[in-house]
Parts: sequence; structure tokens; C-alpha cells
Amino acid sequence: MMHWNSLADFLAMGGYAGYVWGSFGVTALIMIVEPILAHRRQKQTIFRLRRQMRAEARTPSEGST
Amino acid sequence: MNNRLINWFKFASPAAFYPLAGKMIPWFAALGIAFGAAGLWLGLFVAPTDFQQGEGYRIIFVHVPASWMSMFIYLVMAFWAAIGLAFNTRLSGMMTQALAPTGALMAFLSLWTGALWGKPMWGTWWVWDARLTSELILLFLYIGFIALTAAIDDARRADKAGGILLLVGVVNIPIIYFSVKWWNTLHQGSSVSLTKSPSMAAIMLWGMLLMALAFWMYSIVLALIRVRGIILERERHTDWVKAILAGDKS
Repeated sequence: MMHWNSLADFLAMGGYAGYVWGSFGVTALIMIVEPILAHRRQKQTIFRLRRQMRAEARTPSEGST
Repeated sequence: MNNRLINWFKFASPAAFYPLAGKMIPWFAALGIAFGAAGLWLGLFVAPTDFQQGEGYRIIFVHVPASWMSMFIYLVMAFWAAIGLAFNTRLSGMMTQALAPTGALMAFLSLWTGALWGKPMWGTWWVWDARLTSELILLFLYIGFIALTAAIDDARRADKAGGILLLVGVVNIPIIYFSVKWWNTLHQGSSVSLTKSPSMAAIMLWGMLLMALAFWMYSIVLALIRVRGIILERERHTDWVKAILAGDKS
């Protein structure tokens, strides 16, 4: 069922290596980086809101907004 | 609690949707990885060489799913915008915000992989033909939506302005989709034809559909991750968000 004879054969992509791997590579890069950034941002939001909440709790007069 | 009749409208409230989204993320992520692995296996290892385009045609397995998602995400955003403008629901604006970056990246990937496919097959990275130009306009619409809503401080007003932009821009979607029929373009029509060699085309088609499902799951996961942050941000003065922030669970 396997289509390729060797790893080099697979990597060469019949002469289209730059185009094929350029497409798959950038797609993979985006699909790895975007979830990491989105997850990190979610954590930062929680961290920041927690800090704000604690700051508001320390000054009850201003915490009523 | 164990009532089988789920009230779906309950999940339209951010307080109910936030934990639900958190529970759904790992399932959609697992499905996405499974579909992606199967699609890549079929697309890169099993599918045979194309008799016209050699191995270069394998770009199809990322190009077509990215292009479909770039259009579909926009339609979903326009749907949420319409719901938000009509019923003034809080969650709809948050959903458009959560989807926009992934939609923009899909439009970019569609253009990027298209350029890398166009160069060896047409001899050029880019032509100003109907399909390519309308897809570029879609990318600009995503960027315009993100920039417009980021420029308005009040979240509800930003949702309304962005929603109108989305609904006006939705006219571009049928233009992209039918551009290869309406105009003479360099871009090919349907990507996979079943008339060549049936078994061969079927493997390609399955690889492409599995990759499309993987991209779909990916987009859902990203939207859910992002919408959770947006919900916390916008609902930070409510008691339920304060309870979440006070506790250790995120």
C-alpha cells in the first residue's frame, strides 16, 4: 500500500519538494503556534483578572464599579 | 441533574457555555488529531501520483481544506453576527471575535499554498484572476473585522460595527465559490474528478475529506479556547467569573 520506495524518494516529492513541503510546513507551523498562543493568552487573561480582583478586594471603596 | 432533555438555550448564556466549552476542547482536539493523522497518511503515503501534476498535486490536501474553512468560518461569523444584531445575545459577539483570527489564518494558508501550487503548475505565484482576488479580499475582510473591532473600546458597540461589516462582506463568499464558473480563470474548477481512475480518485477524495474534517476540528478547538478567554474578560464583574477566579480551577 505504501507509495514510496525510500525516505529520500518521499522527501524529494518527485521534484516538487520545495512546493509541497513549503505548503505542509507553513500549515503545520501555524497549527502548532496558534494553539500555543491562544492557550497562553487564556492563561494570561486569568492571571490578570485574578490580580485585578485581588487589587479591588484590597480597596473596597473603589471595588463597586 | 440526569435529565435527558437538555435545554440547549441554557448554553446560550456565557455562564453555562464557559464550562461546556472547556469540557468539549479535549474531545474535538482528539478527533482533529485522529482525522489529521488518517488524512495525512492517505494523502502523503497511500494516494498515488497524479498523472498530470506528478507529486505536486499533494498540496491539495492542505490547500482545499484551508480554502473551505476560510469561507466556512466567515459564514459562521456572519451567522453569529446576524443572531447578535437581531436578538442582542451576548455570546454571539464573543463567538465572532473568537473565530476571526483562525479564519484569517485559513485565508492566508489558502493563498500561501495556492501560490506554492500555482508556481510549478501555472508558472506564476499570483495572477489577478477572479478566484485568487476574491480570496485575497476575504483575507482583507478578516483583517478589517479584527482591526475595526479592536479600535472600538466598548465591546458591545464593537460587536455591532463588526457584525455589520461581516454581513456586508458575506456577499464575497458566493463570489469566491462561483468565481471559477462565472469567469474564465486560471484556477481549475473542481479539484478531484471521479472520472479519471475511480479507485485513485476515491483515495484522493477520502484524504481530502479527512483533512477537511481535521481542519474543521482544529478551528472549533481554537474558537473554544479563545471564546473562554473572551467570556472571562467580558463577564469579569459577574459573580460566577469571580468564583472561578477565586478558585483554582481554570
